[in-house]
Amino acid sequence: MARYILHRFMLMIPTLIIISFIIFVIIQLPPGDYLESYIAELESQGESVDPHQIMILREQYGLDEPFMVQYFTWATGMLHGDFGYSFEYGLPVTDVVGDRLFLTTIISIFTIIFTWLIAFPIGMYSATHQYSWGDYGLTLVGFLGLATPNFLLALVMLYFANVYFGTSIGGLMDPKYIDAPWSWEKLESVLEHLWIPIVVIGTSGTAAMIRRLRANLLDELHKPYVVTARAKGVPPFKLLVKYPLRVALNFFISDIGNMLPSIISGAEIVAVVLSLPTTGPILISALQSQDMYLAGSFLMFLAILTVVGVLVSDLALALLDPRIRLQGGTSR
Amino acid sequence: MLAYLAVSLTFDKCSINRYRSGIGDGPIRPLLEVKQLAVDFHLHGSRVPALKDVSFALMPGKTLAIVGESGSGKTVTSQAILGILPNTAEVTAGEILFTDTDTDQTVNIAKLHPRSPQMQDIRGNQISIIFQEPMVSLSPMHSIGDQISEAMLLHRNVDKNEAKNATIDMLRLVGFPHPKQAIKQYPFELSGGLRQRAMIAMALICHPSLLIADEPTTALDVTVQAQILQLIKSLQKELGMAVLLITHDLGVVANMADDVVVMYHGEVMERGPAKKLFKDPQHPYLKALFSAVPHFDMHEGERLTPIREIQHNIEHFHHHCTPWTEEQRKAGPHLQVSNLSKKFTNRSRSLFGKKPEEQLTAVSDFNLEIECGECFGLVGESGCGKTTLSKMLMRAIRPDKGKIIYNDRGRMVDLLKLNDEELRAFRPKMRIVFQDPYSALNPRMTVLNTLLEPMVIHNFGDRAAQLKRAKELMGLVGMDPRYLNRYPHSFSGGQRQRISIARALALDPQLLIFDEPVSALDVSVQAQILNLLKDLQKELGLTYLFISHNLAVVDYIANRIGVMCRGQLVEIGHREQLFRNPQHPYTKALLAAVPYPDLDRPLDFELLSEGRHNVPDYWPAPYCLSDDTPSQLQEVEPDHLVRVSVSRQQEIQAS
Repeated sequence: MARYILHRFMLMIPTLIIISFIIFVIIQLPPGDYLESYIAELESQGESVDPHQIMILREQYGLDEPFMVQYFTWATGMLHGDFGYSFEYGLPVTDVVGDRLFLTTIISIFTIIFTWLIAFPIGMYSATHQYSWGDYGLTLVGFLGLATPNFLLALVMLYFANVYFGTSIGGLMDPKYIDAPWSWEKLESVLEHLWIPIVVIGTSGTAAMIRRLRANLLDELHKPYVVTARAKGVPPFKLLVKYPLRVALNFFISDIGNMLPSIISGAEIVAVVLSLPTTGPILISALQSQDMYLAGSFLMFLAILTVVGVLVSDLALALLDPRIRLQGGTSR
Repeated sequence: MLAYLAVSLTFDKCSINRYRSGIGDGPIRPLLEVKQLAVDFHLHGSRVPALKDVSFALMPGKTLAIVGESGSGKTVTSQAILGILPNTAEVTAGEILFTDTDTDQTVNIAKLHPRSPQMQDIRGNQISIIFQEPMVSLSPMHSIGDQISEAMLLHRNVDKNEAKNATIDMLRLVGFPHPKQAIKQYPFELSGGLRQRAMIAMALICHPSLLIADEPTTALDVTVQAQILQLIKSLQKELGMAVLLITHDLGVVANMADDVVVMYHGEVMERGPAKKLFKDPQHPYLKALFSAVPHFDMHEGERLTPIREIQHNIEHFHHHCTPWTEEQRKAGPHLQVSNLSKKFTNRSRSLFGKKPEEQLTAVSDFNLEIECGECFGLVGESGCGKTTLSKMLMRAIRPDKGKIIYNDRGRMVDLLKLNDEELRAFRPKMRIVFQDPYSALNPRMTVLNTLLEPMVIHNFGDRAAQLKRAKELMGLVGMDPRYLNRYPHSFSGGQRQRISIARALALDPQLLIFDEPVSALDVSVQAQILNLLKDLQKELGLTYLFISHNLAVVDYIANRIGVMCRGQLVEIGHREQLFRNPQHPYTKALLAAVPYPDLDRPLDFELLSEGRHNVPDYWPAPYCLSDDTPSQLQEVEPDHLVRVSVSRQQEIQAS
């Protein structure tokens, strides 16, 4: 086991190096750089730009250096926590991202829990009561959730939350707390605002997960080993949880690999609509304005989380499924 | 040892109690009495009767066998008794009276709600079941210790430790060599026989008074089957339980049952003591069943009589091959295999930690010659390498060394030297038919497309000719050409196997390999297919390589037979030579393990109980083989060869 984990960690290093290089190439692909688009924007507003100042900036951030040197500076900087400098915000990348990353994580974790809390009971009910009215009804609700565009649902919920509960429009907290230090009132306000994005982002995921759980469970429910367990006299609910659900669980675990990156990138558009102080909108604007270090660092976070997520799900699968643990590596 | 004694002592007490409760009130009451049971299935809004007016009684400690083909309602009966009928089924009439041996109270299971606590308490506690496929009937995610002790934790007031100890004792009782280690193992780590033993341990952990065995040995090799049957028999005696045996194999019935119920289409055809039914079968259906089973006493040329004979149509079939000329025959055997070897490597680094690199020899130094127009039967247990061999012949896997020479009408072709293009051109000449007709056909292709596919790949005539040939092929295997547009799911196992055969014949092959073509089929259907294969061979002049684990089947269809063990032929000869005068201990063991549908020829369980028949180290001299002793085939009579170790043979010659 230890050997396997070590092996996987060793593999992660070249993977991440390759990814970082590809990210840097892609960011550099559009013609020009941040300063050029900055000049263009200023000029379009009729302002003049001091070429000397631009020269100094260029030198300062190494924008004139050859491509490989720029990449190398960025990549080695990341190793000791220096993710570069955001031109747009005029701040180091870590300062721009820090707080937002925290809030995004909170939203995402709650969303995942919300999705599971709703999806699991409904999926189990739908599978065990296949083709019943309950199954059809819940399926219909699930498809509605899947089919409704998230941003539309977000607008509708914002309106109702404002009309009925008096929640302020947009954001994750009442505007007066935004720059205030953390306190009980601030936390309360966050919780008050939190449920809207959670429900909005969660609905589509919930519907998809219900369908997948239902299909997976239906496959397992009629397997002979379930009949064996029933013939042993195992009570119905315990039977469902211990045997078919356990086998059907594999796909959830393999999903962790996809879930981790979506924790910080997920639901950008919803975040824009709800004007959430999360990371999604920053990523979008950074990509638009060629704020290369900010965008690059973001994509790098995503890559690291993906790689870690896949590792975590692989290890969890091996732990949970003896077939993977004990049969892996045999060749025919 | 002490623990084992303690276990058997408690078992004896149980059985004494059970007999006493029977003796207590005059005439013995049946343990299980099924009266006029009727079960309907609701399918797409209509009712389909699955059981009609089924009645039988089972006495405590006795064995009742329910015999019938698939679809006869045997399994539905067992499901009704356990209250595990599928949701679409419903008991519409009748009673299932079960008498609790400890309290002497009778309950009507048909009236109990399947999910009621009372029913749950009976299931796995007083009535338990073992199934046909031990692999899929055990959960792959839970250790066998967990699954076995579960029933005990549910039904007995014991803690985990007691349940664990009882599980270990039970595993020892069913013949696990290392029960303490076995409780941590998972089903896929065990062999088929051990899995079935684990399944039996699970069913018996609560000492039920009734064990339902639903085709318990159908998926197993003959020798393992004999061991499992013996195990069930001895445990039955020890625990004093009754057994409801569900099977289609009359040989198994003859060895196990006190009473027999014969079912057909959900109805009881005949019922009575085994002695009476075997000596003097009354119902035509039972008589037909008897004549459909191949057995060793058949005369040369005697045909099996299937219950439903199929008429196949050869006249309209346009066979493109002319008979072999003398010159072509003389060039050599149709297929010649020499020194063929294949080893599989178990990768050393598994997920967790190191394992020593294991090399598994699937086929070692294999030699075989198949003459033109003969049917060569290859017999052996699972894991002996017969399927690996067939795959190598088809060039689906590459042998490590050896030669395969094919006589292509006088031109000798080395199959292993063919390049991709030549191999493609060669493919039509040699085709294979697989064991499982359910997975051998693509469920998303109609029969027509299935039959057309090989012809399209090999540009066999134009479209019209291909369509015409597809129709002819259907007639050739005795199926209605109108079925061409159906999908495989609408056919029975036997019909699907016939479609597979038609597909194999589509390109006018010369040599057909059959890999266990009838072992997934019912006896009556098996007879149909065997007769069809025999006829086709004669009519089309084909050469067969017929692989099977069933000696009686091979005896029926093959001219020459080879017995295979551990990747080598240990004995080879004409069928009479092999069956009348078997030399090799392994051949003898295989023959002894075949159950006869005859009460006067019971299995000799003592002979088979050790399970060492397939370990070359235990064979007596001169057959004893080990890795470092070379061996060779020695002639005992003309064309009858036996493998002996070389050193021993030289000694004999010297003396």
